Amino acid sequence: MIREKHLNSLIWLGMLLIPLAAWQMDQPYTITLATKICVLALAGVGLNIALGLGGMISLGHAAFFGIGGYAMGILASHAQSYAPIMEHPFLIEGTKSMLVIWIFAVVMSGLAALAIGALSLRTNGAYFIMITLAFGQMLYFFAISWPAYGGEDGLSIYVRNDFPGLNTLMPVQFFALCFGLLTLVIFLSSRLQNSRFGMALQATRQNENRTRAIGLTPYKIRLIAFVISGMICGLAGALSADLNRFVSPTMLSWHTSGEIMIFVILGGTGRLFAPLIGAAIYIMLEHFLGGISDYWQIFLGLLLLMVVLFAPGGVIGLLTRREAAHD
Amino acid sequence: MTDILDIRGISKSFGALQASDDISLSLKAGEIHALIGPNGAGKSTLINQIAGGLKPDSGTVNFNGQNITTLAAPARARLGLARTFQISQLASEMTVLQNAVFGALGADGRVSRFWQPVMKDKALLEAANSALNRVGLSHRSRERVSEISHGERRQLEVAVALSQHPKAFLMDEPMAGLGHGGSERLTGFLRELKHEAPILLVEHDMDAVFALADRISVLVYGKIIATGTADEIRSNPLVREAYLGEEGDVA
Repeated sequence: MIREKHLNSLIWLGMLLIPLAAWQMDQPYTITLATKICVLALAGVGLNIALGLGGMISLGHAAFFGIGGYAMGILASHAQSYAPIMEHPFLIEGTKSMLVIWIFAVVMSGLAALAIGALSLRTNGAYFIMITLAFGQMLYFFAISWPAYGGEDGLSIYVRNDFPGLNTLMPVQFFALCFGLLTLVIFLSSRLQNSRFGMALQATRQNENRTRAIGLTPYKIRLIAFVISGMICGLAGALSADLNRFVSPTMLSWHTSGEIMIFVILGGTGRLFAPLIGAAIYIMLEHFLGGISDYWQIFLGLLLLMVVLFAPGGVIGLLTRREAAHD
Repeated sequence: MTDILDIRGISKSFGALQASDDISLSLKAGEIHALIGPNGAGKSTLINQIAGGLKPDSGTVNFNGQNITTLAAPARARLGLARTFQISQLASEMTVLQNAVFGALGADGRVSRFWQPVMKDKALLEAANSALNRVGLSHRSRERVSEISHGERRQLEVAVALSQHPKAFLMDEPMAGLGHGGSERLTGFLRELKHEAPILLVEHDMDAVFALADRISVLVYGKIIATGTADEIRSNPLVREAYLGEEGDVA
């Protein structure tokens, strides 16, 4: 059996080399698929902090993903129409700069996570699932009924946004950007997992009475983790919008929340590289089986069932033969 | 001697059940105050109200001269009130050492740190290792809690409380399930520990209680019917009647 560290390196290398090979062989579609995997995996890395480390079963993470998407959509659409977002009391203009868009996306989704988390973390169990779901759906229907930014039809952005020194319209360059960000965030998340805060978060998942008894408040710890988790999903949303050059309310719908959760569970809840392998499996299934049948999700369902029943540690747990995550 | 913990007139009822009925007791520096009583007398309910898990209907809890009645459990723990649970409450997927480090982290309090690895923090490791050493669990420090025995979990409960460097201990049946040898070893350990921080001890093991306690309070149906030294409690007719049984052969 392979050690988790080595498996992670293999997954990472594969994720880097396959698109590079596709670039050499001039198959841009493969590169785009790989980019999609990276972007969705990034959302999974965000959810994994709440779900895997913190045990918070949130069905509302699409809200943060979608807010990130709309952050990009709103800033970029104003920039492409040369209409400022507001003129009074001070001028705010749109922008095509990814860096500015990312900061905006992360801040907005973080604020949303703070508000949603502050309310929903007062509950637990099934109520927590329901209340996060309800918040997500509220934002979804709000986006549908908000005509200024496309309503139900969504928003198209004609040209991908700019990143200093890169031609983001070249698939391989945009892939490199997404892959780099994903790698960075996975690294940060591994630091977090082993930090003081990470210990408190995981201990709180395992036994919140213990957390209280040593003098820490579970609510605060969960809320901080929920906000960090939401911020990462917001960043992923902004990238996803840039990848598709399109934002729509679908990003906010609870199907999206479910998909992000599937990546994490398929890969192995709480494991560092779970979202990446999970998203890769999901996208490949969608690509290959989706070509054969519109009902490909039947097979996804079967696969998920098998994982949940026979491999609670997910694909990574299966390959490393360890059921519980973390050392 | 000064009162570290001073409980006055605590009452708590659940519907018609009066779990705590006007309970007053104190814990002085350097002592072990044992709380005994038959099953269902309300011992754990009382400990829970002192630790902050339950709010009393009336009465006050003072700790080191500060009224802590309205403080939540984490705030009380930060003031230096450490508890061990009747049923072990440990982070089961973490190792023995990690659990002890977590206790030390609670005492340190600086938890909003996201970068440095906690298991390389010298100060926390030192506090944790010394606590594990003292309860005799060092050789198991790398095991996961889910893989250690029941008795070892009981020891770890005490070690986590130790690593918090508290000013007083609340221990809810620390001997439960330890076996004779283990319980004897813990008795010896607590006898020394009380000089560092006093212990309010709920315990069913009467040998341990009468060997250890400087004072004993007897709780029956939510009421304290007697408080005194081991000899006073042994000879108290009320206690013999209510708790130990008329022909009770105590220790």
